[in-house]
Amino acid sequence: MIFKKFNIENKKARDLIPQAITVLALLSVIIYFATNAQINMGNRGISFGFGFLNQEASFDITFSMIEYDGSRSYGRAFLVGLLNTILVSAIGIFFATIAGVIVGVSRLSDNYLIAKVAEWYVEIFRNIPLILQIFFWYFAALRALPLPENGISFNDISFLTIKGWYVPKFIWTNFNIFLLSVIAAFIAIYFVNSYATKQREQFGKQLPTTTMSLSTLILVPLITFLFFGVSLTFEYPVLKQLSPTVYTYEGGVSIIPELIALALALSMYTATFIAENVRAGILGVSKGQKEAAASIGLNKNQILKLVVMPQALRIIIPPTTNQYLNLTKNSSLAAAIAYPDIVLVFAGTALMQTGRAIEIISITMLTYLTLSISISIFMNWYNKKMAIKEK
Amino acid sequence: MKLIAKPSKENIKTYVPIGLSLVFLSFFDVFTNAFFNYNLMAFLPSQLSYFLPLLLGFFGFYLIRIEFSGVRSLDLLNKNINSNNFNAFLTLLTVFIIIKSIPPLLNWFIFEANFVGDSKDDCTGNGACWVFIKVWFNRFMYGLYPDAEQWRINTAFLILFAVVGISFFVKEKLKKYFILFLIFVYPFLGIELISGGNFGLKYVETAAWGGLSLTFIISAFAILFCFPIGVFLALGRRSSLPAIRYISIGFIELWRGVPLITVLFMSAVMFPMFLPDGTFIDKLIRVLIAITLFEAAYMAEVVRGGLQALPKGQYEAARSLGMGYWKMNLLIILPQALKLVIPGIANTLLALVKDTPLIFVVGLMELAGMIGLAKTNPKWLGMAMEGYVFAGLVFWIICYAMSRYSQNLEKKLSTER
Repeated sequence: MIFKKFNIENKKARDLIPQAITVLALLSVIIYFATNAQINMGNRGISFGFGFLNQEASFDITFSMIEYDGSRSYGRAFLVGLLNTILVSAIGIFFATIAGVIVGVSRLSDNYLIAKVAEWYVEIFRNIPLILQIFFWYFAALRALPLPENGISFNDISFLTIKGWYVPKFIWTNFNIFLLSVIAAFIAIYFVNSYATKQREQFGKQLPTTTMSLSTLILVPLITFLFFGVSLTFEYPVLKQLSPTVYTYEGGVSIIPELIALALALSMYTATFIAENVRAGILGVSKGQKEAAASIGLNKNQILKLVVMPQALRIIIPPTTNQYLNLTKNSSLAAAIAYPDIVLVFAGTALMQTGRAIEIISITMLTYLTLSISISIFMNWYNKKMAIKEK
Repeated sequence: MKLIAKPSKENIKTYVPIGLSLVFLSFFDVFTNAFFNYNLMAFLPSQLSYFLPLLLGFFGFYLIRIEFSGVRSLDLLNKNINSNNFNAFLTLLTVFIIIKSIPPLLNWFIFEANFVGDSKDDCTGNGACWVFIKVWFNRFMYGLYPDAEQWRINTAFLILFAVVGISFFVKEKLKKYFILFLIFVYPFLGIELISGGNFGLKYVETAAWGGLSLTFIISAFAILFCFPIGVFLALGRRSSLPAIRYISIGFIELWRGVPLITVLFMSAVMFPMFLPDGTFIDKLIRVLIAITLFEAAYMAEVVRGGLQALPKGQYEAARSLGMGYWKMNLLIILPQALKLVIPGIANTLLALVKDTPLIFVVGLMELAGMIGLAKTNPKWLGMAMEGYVFAGLVFWIICYAMSRYSQNLEKKLSTER
């Protein structure tokens, strides 16, 4: 009787009870874990803290974009791992997008063969676990490459061997000026494009924006080569004999096979998902839109650029964002083939050496959370920009 | 300047035979080249003979491209693979690449491969060494599970397949008992059978489990648990009670923001620190919890999509009938919402199956892990290609079958709205 009255008449109290129970349960679990952790760490003689990040790491990393050796700190090792993760994710995203768009458009091709080949590409690579694909490329396909002394040569400037892909190194003089000019070109393009949009919206004039943008992007940096003392030379890899049987290449940049295998597998796998998004996006634009555009006298390119693509992109972007996020997270599979990404370097080697499981795993997870959230914030901003501006 | 008249209906009698024979000649040349290593055009300069099939085929396709020819098969051909110059070029390129790649693949898979024998020395050909798969097959399926006890795994899976198979044929009324059996009784029965320890069955520790059967065990249990947890999280995220909503959001976003591999690392090295000293939870169970919670977060987002897609009227109608929260959700909302998101659920389950190989992180070895172990065996070095091709095929068949099944289910359950 009392319970019923309380239940019906006091909605606030009724809502409060399940919430209070949930919060209390959660808190007690957290407190239970925390006390256990404290006791356990006390037993092992370690205390919670991030001071170890400044200690000497004393392990080597096979591939690093910044200066690193064993005498640097754990914090520096973390940074190396993080940069390697970002590098492979960026490469993967770049190639996955290109391949995904090509395959997605091919699936809608009016050429039956092309459409079928694209369909089977998607069906095959989507249904094999990514880790197996990475293993396949790394342990099977790339191991079949020749030794350095008879590496596959591309015009004698680049060599593909079992030990990696040797490419020429860019040696810049006055690189800063060049970089500034590229930035300046992008800013100029932005203003040109907004001017062109204004012209189109106010006076109905079509300016050749693509040609203008491209020529700005090429011409402005080119001027720096001619007048501002920017120059670019290449350092080519050269075969060198170390001992009677061991050869290697000197000079140039060596792209390690782990990176190649990982980037290849990540982009081929993710491309299948992006292809499906692209296909759905293009199919999602109704036929009436194209017909309406044609009936007001737009030509084929204008229809694609002004009517179909803006609408298709709106459908494509949100799921593709998810795929970019997935690719970034999947890059952690690097640990399986010993590509020194953040998981291998930090959650693997550093954890083994210091034994600080809680701190290191938390930092690693937080890093991925930050990466995920920053990509999704950027893509949400872009999505908002592209979204329909309803009146 | 026009050397030849444009192909049209008037000259169809001369152009089509010439065009078709040119296309055929180009295909035939590539075919003999690829299969018999014999170059029909060898008398020509090498660079010309390389591109000749392409040129011949291209010209042939140009000749037969007659719009509205009146011949049905020709129109169909032109429409599908020969609608313009670019398409004709792509068609030729695709066909050539397919023809060129068939012989090496066939040689590797079948003709130069070795099937008989029981050691690496029996593999003499240039092709695949399927002996490797044959010798290790038992390990790839059952891991390190003792040979004498493997009938237990087989029985467990046979019971499962039998029950699932029978449930397809029985009446609707009986079906729910089968489902209840599968959800509430079978898991204990299966684990008891595989793990042993009671009823005179020898105890087999989980470290010995492995191979493809472990993939199935982990997938099955994770699917079983992640589904209800995911539904609860989805309901929690849409709850009107702020504390429950924010906890659900935090939980879902935390798991979705990190890769599975770090979650597994956590379960392996960080989780034991949170338990009282001396408590030990089996590695397999820790992994199962990790995978279940991880996939439940993804499942929750899929289910939420279904919940959001339902029109508000459904909620209001349920409320106006006097239903409470749970009754409304269980009887009205969830059945409709789940039906809407079958593709999403199937994709999540597919992702779960594809994620199982990651358990190598904690030292458990399912199929991919066992192959990694076998290929580093000193007697079987250099067998990575065979191993991973085999594993890829097995996983592909499983995942492709699952995705096909979900497409069928989607069609079957789709109701007109």
